[in-house]
Amino acid sequence: MSHHIVQADNLHYTYPDGTVGLNKINFKIHHGESVALVGSNGAGKSTLLLHLIGSLAPTDGDIRIGDFPLNKKNLKLVRRSVGMVFQDPDDQLFMPTVFDDVAFGPINLGIPEKEVEQRVMDSLETVGVPHLIRRSPHKLSGGEKRAVAIATVLATTPDILIMDEPSSNLDPSSRRRLINLLKTFTHTKIIATHDLDMALEVCSRTIILDRGQIVADGLTKELFIDENLLKTSGLEKPLTMQRCPVCSNYSKI
Amino acid sequence: MSNLQNNLFDIFYIDTLACRQSWIHSLDPRAKVLTTLIFVGIVVSFDKYEIAMLIPFFIYPAVAIALADLPFVYLAKKMLLLLPFAFFIGIFNPLMDNKTLITFDLKDIVDLMEFIGFKENIGKMGTIDISGGWVSFLSIMIRFCLTVGAALILISTTGFDAVCLALQRFGVPRPFIVQLMFLYRYMFVLIDEASRMVRARSLRTFDNSNQMRFGIFISMVGQLLLRTMDRAQRIHLAMCCRGFEGDIQMLRAINFGVPETLFTAGWTSLFVILRLYNIPVKLGMMIENLLLS
Amino acid sequence: MHMADALISPAVGGTMWAVTAGLIGYCSKKVKNEMDDQKIPLMGVLGAFIFASQMINFTIPITGSSGHLGGGMILAILLGPHIAFLTMASVLTVQALFFADGGLLALGCNIFNLGFFPCFIAYPLIYKTFVKDADTNYMRSNSIDFKKTERKILAGSIIGAIVALQMGAFAVVIETLFSGISELPFTTFLMLMQPIHLAIGVVEGLTTAAVVLFIWKARPEILSSASSSSPIGRTPIFKVVVGLAAAALITGGALSWFASSNPDGLEWAMFKTAGVEELESPDGIHTSLSAIQEKTAFLPDYGFKSGESNELSESSAESVKVELGTSVSGVVGGILTLIFAVAIGFALRQKKSN
Ligand SMILES: Nc1ncnc2c1ncn2[C@@H]1O[C@H](COP(=O)(O)OP(=O)(O)OP(=O)(O)O)[C@@H](O)[C@H]1O
Ligand SMILES: [Mg+2]
Repeated sequence: MSHHIVQADNLHYTYPDGTVGLNKINFKIHHGESVALVGSNGAGKSTLLLHLIGSLAPTDGDIRIGDFPLNKKNLKLVRRSVGMVFQDPDDQLFMPTVFDDVAFGPINLGIPEKEVEQRVMDSLETVGVPHLIRRSPHKLSGGEKRAVAIATVLATTPDILIMDEPSSNLDPSSRRRLINLLKTFTHTKIIATHDLDMALEVCSRTIILDRGQIVADGLTKELFIDENLLKTSGLEKPLTMQRCPVCSNYSKI
Repeated sequence: MSNLQNNLFDIFYIDTLACRQSWIHSLDPRAKVLTTLIFVGIVVSFDKYEIAMLIPFFIYPAVAIALADLPFVYLAKKMLLLLPFAFFIGIFNPLMDNKTLITFDLKDIVDLMEFIGFKENIGKMGTIDISGGWVSFLSIMIRFCLTVGAALILISTTGFDAVCLALQRFGVPRPFIVQLMFLYRYMFVLIDEASRMVRARSLRTFDNSNQMRFGIFISMVGQLLLRTMDRAQRIHLAMCCRGFEGDIQMLRAINFGVPETLFTAGWTSLFVILRLYNIPVKLGMMIENLLLS
Repeated sequence: MHMADALISPAVGGTMWAVTAGLIGYCSKKVKNEMDDQKIPLMGVLGAFIFASQMINFTIPITGSSGHLGGGMILAILLGPHIAFLTMASVLTVQALFFADGGLLALGCNIFNLGFFPCFIAYPLIYKTFVKDADTNYMRSNSIDFKKTERKILAGSIIGAIVALQMGAFAVVIETLFSGISELPFTTFLMLMQPIHLAIGVVEGLTTAAVVLFIWKARPEILSSASSSSPIGRTPIFKVVVGLAAAALITGGALSWFASSNPDGLEWAMFKTAGVEELESPDGIHTSLSAIQEKTAFLPDYGFKSGESNELSESSAESVKVELGTSVSGVVGGILTLIFAVAIGFALRQKKSN
């Protein structure tokens, strides 16, 4: 299925106040690929993701999702195949109960009632929180909210999953659960994150952004060894790739 | 709304009350909304001097509180906190309306007391006159307790979402229902945000109160408003990503079955009976006759 | 100020419910037809904002009390009248349910008093005459226009808020009067309510204006989009008012017909209102105020009266007593019923906990 390609051609975006958000962005992501989008604060990660769901329109350049160029006309079509998990789950969970929230997408897709319930159950089970189904979002913990937010997107059965900092605000065990979960997904994944260890585990490919430009695009393992590259883009080697300070000190003695 | 913090605590608390399990909690929300409205309507329909006939209506809150296992002390406290308002308006009644409305003949009372066992000489015979103002004042207070109690019971046995659902089924327009839902959902989020801002400020000014100078106040409220509008935009985006096209639908099976019919019809007929027959007076006369005969 | 269930009659409560329901229906329809769906989350979240902003208080100088942002006016300016009305109605509904602010029957009154006047009177007729759409399409370059617009927004918000609150307060007085539960005379109540709400109106107007200016400076596009997306100019306010009046008359008429067997219902209120001439006489206020004084000094007609010294009143009381001869039995029976009701509650609870 070659039609789940995500492609950006010479993408430019300038915010109304003159801030340059994106500059000459070019990439091509194939079906089933898992790509980490890393870069310092303000590098333009969120801006790029907002382009991929058609919320911001490029000042210049094109985006293609699947077989379609992304424009006003086939925005709806594209949004059916793209699922976005937002940075703040409170923005994503707007319905009174978890059930209503997860069902929101499927209902809008016009899926029959019986199936909707099944889908809701399935999605919640996938992320491991079926017991929350009757709860209200405002009574969930941060990690639970995140899990439900992912479920709301899974329920619409997207081909491409887009996530903005999915592991922020999670405790170590929730983060671990999330990583294991993401590894099981076969979707095309684009994950903007500051958690390079997660990127290393989940994404085989990494795109590094700096001030709106792509400074590197390649295999995660290779990019993350290049300390110079990381330093100039405001990043740091993932902890798992650094020498353990405790052990190494120990061996010195 | 000056003590908002307390009120907010109430929202959180009532919200958890609504999640309890009981027979009343499990009823279709429509039954409870309907019954509450009928209750309030009948209670306020009494003559302003009515007291005796209002009293039997306490049966509804009493039974509901018991069945739903609600914290009586909490509800009573909440009611007391709200009382000053009704008191403030009501207290003018005794001042303005001083026509004698009820006269107790002391003889009756002495007779009664003597019968029960008080043998002392009570003193001068005469009457106690009570002005209409005091009677209507007391009536206002009783009405207040009943109506406020009914509203609190409704929300703490039903929950806000379910009340909205009931309203929707009663034909309240969809945009308004959606509005209520969003308001309730984001109330929690924004209150959190606002209190974080306030806390951040008071930590830096070493000032414990949440009052501030007008200029700071405006920039804080303004910031909160801007953030709120941005949030609205993000929410809209999240909705669009999941196929939102202007209409919000919910799948919710609610069922107005036999228990609901019994609940609504039972209470309604009791209320109607209590409205039509002055049971306390009948009861009192019965007892008096029993005692004095 | 909120109306309370305890103070209103079913006729007034029902009428205002009908009026408010009509308004909500009307606004919902408008909103459905004309609104871009981006406003759906916006209005919900702004309702929540009205709540949340009350966490933030400022000190009112000299008085020592504190103020916070009011609701109706700022919503109308940000969202336009129809959406603002729905938003305000939802805020008041939550207040009625959770804070028992007002009550369920009085909800209609409260939505009307606090929602209708700012959204459909003060905003279109006052704020909009000061602040034209063109004004808020603000250009940074022209500082003279900037100052001018600033002043217009200030004046529009303050006068609008004052007028809305004065009308709301007046509506509270009228509704209380027509309900006939409170004995507060028309003039006295009016003299209490209007000045207090003048002060509240000034504070609300100032905060509203300041916040609007803040928004306008930070993100001018918000204001211009708010006013352009809601063509209130095209909505003949006249039609709305006439429709409302008709709804009020019909419901009020029907309800008062039902209540006509009740001497303390609407007729009583009519009778009382007929005595409004009191207002015209220059010392009317004075008399009623001094009357209060007199009465607070000593609570009349309450307490024991000796039989001998008060033969006259005894005989007049006698006549009342004929019809209220049941008073003692009423008290006894009432107390018993109350005990009975509470006992049932306790018994049920006991049984449950076993
Ligand atoms: N609404 C906006 N108006 C103007 N400039 C903006 C806006 N949103 C973002 N920017 C600017 O665009 C640039 C890229 O921002 P973006 O949010 O994409 O960064 P990011 O990589 O997601 O950062 P972070 O890791 O902090 O989330 C930043 O310089 C930011 O200041
Ligand atoms: Mg970001």
